[in-house]
Amino acid sequence: MIEANGLTKDYGEKRAVSDVSFTVRDGIVTGFLGPNGSGKSTTMRLILGLDAPTAGDVQVDGKHYRDHAAPLHEVGALLEARSVHTGRSAYNHLRALAQTHGIPGSRVDEMIDLVGLREVARKRAGQFSLGMGQRLGIAAALLGDPATVILDEPVNGLDPEGVHWIRNLLKRLAGEGRTVFVSSHLMSEMALTADHLIVIGRGRLLADMSVEEFVRKASGERVLARSPQATRLRELVLGPQVSVTSSEPEVLEVDGLTAQQIGEIAASNAIVLHELTPLKASLEEAFMEMTRDEVEYKSRDDEPEELAA
Amino acid sequence: MTSSSAAVSVPRLESKERVTQARVALSEWTKFVSLRSTLWSLGVGILLTILFPILFALVTETHWAHMSAHDRANRHPLDIALAGVNIAQLAIAVLGVLVITGEYSTGMIRSTLIAVPKRLPVLWAKIAVYATVSFVLLVPSVIIAFFASQEILAGHHILQISFSAPGVARAVIGGAVYVTLVGIFALGIGAILRNTAGGIATFVGIFFVIPPLMDVLPTSWNNAISQYLPSNAGRQLFALNHGAHTLTPLAGGLLMVAYCAAVVAVAAVLLVRRDA
Repeated sequence: MIEANGLTKDYGEKRAVSDVSFTVRDGIVTGFLGPNGSGKSTTMRLILGLDAPTAGDVQVDGKHYRDHAAPLHEVGALLEARSVHTGRSAYNHLRALAQTHGIPGSRVDEMIDLVGLREVARKRAGQFSLGMGQRLGIAAALLGDPATVILDEPVNGLDPEGVHWIRNLLKRLAGEGRTVFVSSHLMSEMALTADHLIVIGRGRLLADMSVEEFVRKASGERVLARSPQATRLRELVLGPQVSVTSSEPEVLEVDGLTAQQIGEIAASNAIVLHELTPLKASLEEAFMEMTRDEVEYKSRDDEPEELAA
Repeated sequence: MTSSSAAVSVPRLESKERVTQARVALSEWTKFVSLRSTLWSLGVGILLTILFPILFALVTETHWAHMSAHDRANRHPLDIALAGVNIAQLAIAVLGVLVITGEYSTGMIRSTLIAVPKRLPVLWAKIAVYATVSFVLLVPSVIIAFFASQEILAGHHILQISFSAPGVARAVIGGAVYVTLVGIFALGIGAILRNTAGGIATFVGIFFVIPPLMDVLPTSWNNAISQYLPSNAGRQLFALNHGAHTLTPLAGGLLMVAYCAAVVAVAAVLLVRRDA
């Protein structure tokens, strides 16, 4: 379990994370969603004690990360930024990390096999492709058989097979009862893997809810109604909480009533309905809607995720 | 790069141990010996410690007949035997800086500090591993250099000096101690600056630029101050003769140790306080 309380981080003048509070629970995949530069990586650095918060606090299983006697058994982390010495082989990189916790060499081999790096394990990590680097990072994260797994943009640079592999891995890890906290700037990716969503934009918490609730909230209660008596129906459903738009003469899009309510109104007024369909916004639309005002760098995808610390 | 998509399961780890200083030291040892560049620089430093005195001795031996009385008087056998120390200190210092700055430039430091979030054990382990490796390799190197150069100069009675003569063994071993301390000092500088170029430049400034600059000062000031510079203090460890304006080997050595301790203390405080 990860608990953040009023977490705030300034880098000089810039506030990267602003008064963020959330809880990441065991046994489910929690997606950490936000546009590039929204503070996801910074939040993860704060959880891992790489950076100290300006204000607020974050704990993993009831302790600051730094205070755990065996941190790699508590938390396994894959950071977005490169975290491997380019001159060292994948095997030696993992072995050095394992030795800090007395983890045996057999475990290192096991992890290398798990992520499929057996053939290149003795090669220098500097020669690795982005995808191989990600796999090495995941091997490092799982080395200590951690209770909590934190992965920052894990599918970056992976081929489709690798992306599929990660999705299965995340679900499996959560199924084993671990806390899984995974960031992405892609809603579609989260829709496939996450059970719960924490959304941030410009360092501020925008949403903390289940994926279903997120979609429901973001899409509101819009219903498409098709009727030859559209004008009459429009007058009947309109109200202070209800708005109606129309793109075709016989089609209404009602916002603020459920399909059931509209159907009952139509029936009690003897109005013929040809179609009555609840409209769900796609997750992508919901996410874009929510973060529209919070996107740091509009139409500039090449911005760095975070300030260089 | 083949992995079964269906059966992804992370095997459980039987026993879960805690982080200890000894384990961090073992990890740092693995890191140290698993970088080709590290082993190369270290090898070059050690080779220079041995080969440079041999070269110096060979040149002296072959040119002795043509050398002036003044030049001959300036050739001291211990200077020849320890000529490699001056060069080795640069190689060991550069490597000392790299031991820590290499982690920052590659991002490895993040992996390191996630594994050991208390951080200080990493600094202690790096210093212990590097100092131990350097010292263990340097001691035989200076001894080999001493006996090899003495062997080459065997034909010249005036250039013979006994290892058991007063101060000689201390000076020879002192050369190894000095270079090891230089390595610790450089590692501390690297940890403070977290930047390879800056670390090396700062080391060179302190050890090779400031000392000659002192000559622009009035002699009385120079004499009063220069002996306390890290380089001049440390050098007394492997100097046989001591003048009016130099410290004793013990005092010089202790002062050099104090400089190292101060640099490492600053590095330790910054390591704990700064964002990684």
